[in-house]
Amino acid sequence: MSNDNIILPSAASLSTLSIADNPKSGFGYNPSLGPLSNTITPESSNILLNRKTLSLTPTSGNSIYDKNVNNKKINEINLSSLSFLFCEAVNWTHRNSKGIQDLETRLNGLGYQVGQRFLELIKLREGVKSSKREIKIIDILRFIHGTFWKSIFGKTANELEKSQDASNEYMIIDNVPLVSKFISIPKDYGNLNCSAFMAGIIEGALDSSSFHANVTAHSAPIDGVPLRTVFLIKFDEQLVIRESLRFN
Amino acid sequence: MSKKGDDIWKNVDKINSELFTLTYGSIVAQLCRDFNHNYHEVNNQLDQMGYNIGIRLIEEFLSRTGAQRCQSFKETVEVITKLGFRVFLNIQPAVENWSSDGRSCSIVLPEPNPLNEFVEIPPTKDLWYCQILCGILRGALQMIQLDVDVNFVKDTLKGDDKTEIRLKLNKILKDEVPAGED
Repeated sequence: MSNDNIILPSAASLSTLSIADNPKSGFGYNPSLGPLSNTITPESSNILLNRKTLSLTPTSGNSIYDKNVNNKKINEINLSSLSFLFCEAVNWTHRNSKGIQDLETRLNGLGYQVGQRFLELIKLREGVKSSKREIKIIDILRFIHGTFWKSIFGKTANELEKSQDASNEYMIIDNVPLVSKFISIPKDYGNLNCSAFMAGIIEGALDSSSFHANVTAHSAPIDGVPLRTVFLIKFDEQLVIRESLRFN
Repeated sequence: MSKKGDDIWKNVDKINSELFTLTYGSIVAQLCRDFNHNYHEVNNQLDQMGYNIGIRLIEEFLSRTGAQRCQSFKETVEVITKLGFRVFLNIQPAVENWSSDGRSCSIVLPEPNPLNEFVEIPPTKDLWYCQILCGILRGALQMIQLDVDVNFVKDTLKGDDKTEIRLKLNKILKDEVPAGED
């Protein structure tokens, strides 16, 4: 099935080629002809246009890529619906997991896919004119803590802090993480924090903007705010080096 | 009844529906991977998850709406679409195709709805992407003594002209004292 190959060799051995050799399919680079062998002639364009193609978008014309994501009024939905759904997600994940650590990793994975997609959506909506690529760690963190958080969860996160001990560690703190609002953790599950899902969202968004990081969620209750959660963001060491090379 | 739905809607805590959409998508994708793309299993699992949601969701529904006992299945379906879907998903589906005996009908979801927005599925005939809704309806109705078969017959994601759920009332269960409570 040589016709299916992307690069069609014009002859079995290149050294035997001469100017008179035209590939059977009408395509292929003939070194003795040079760039000329790639010119599109009426015959070759005919072959190109009549090739069988496979449509990758079955609903094409009315596919999701044709819809405008920009001018749409943001729809709202009942918070309980998400809570019910999330509860079932945790339930399912829990049944498949081998332990608390594993459960958190899986929840993180679920959030990761959400984060990647949400970032794209927000950036598309910002539009070409007003949006810019964040290239500094502190800027991308401000974006996540502010705009990004507000679009997803309806409010900005509470605090943004930098670790004193490690140069690549930052913390975003949310007093009432949306998804844990209705979750109470049994005593024997110790330090499980279902906000691992939200940590995954942050990680997905950071990774997609080329700030590779590990994000974990830790409960840090203080007086009056029992659900307070710290999202610990640990950037790749390489990023700190990149930053110091670029801006110092 | 629509107005009542609007009034209740004003008082619920709301979030961005896109978070819900993407979360659901992420869950379905994960299930597909967990079941190695055996879509029958995925449908079953979604249905089971929905059932678990339904049996608990009905409580919140009753307390929020204060809905009274319905006189007929027709009324029940009206309450589901005008209050249930409205309060939880902020959509109001249409009811069509009543059978002559009044025991089965179709619920047609508006497009796009919070479950299938941004979604495109590979050309497979097996996966019912929104199957979780069937489980929810089945579970919730069972808790109010209605044994109902719920399943999808059409889905726009598969290229159909609309997304249609078929409901069929099997029987009305008797009020029974829960096991273990004399």
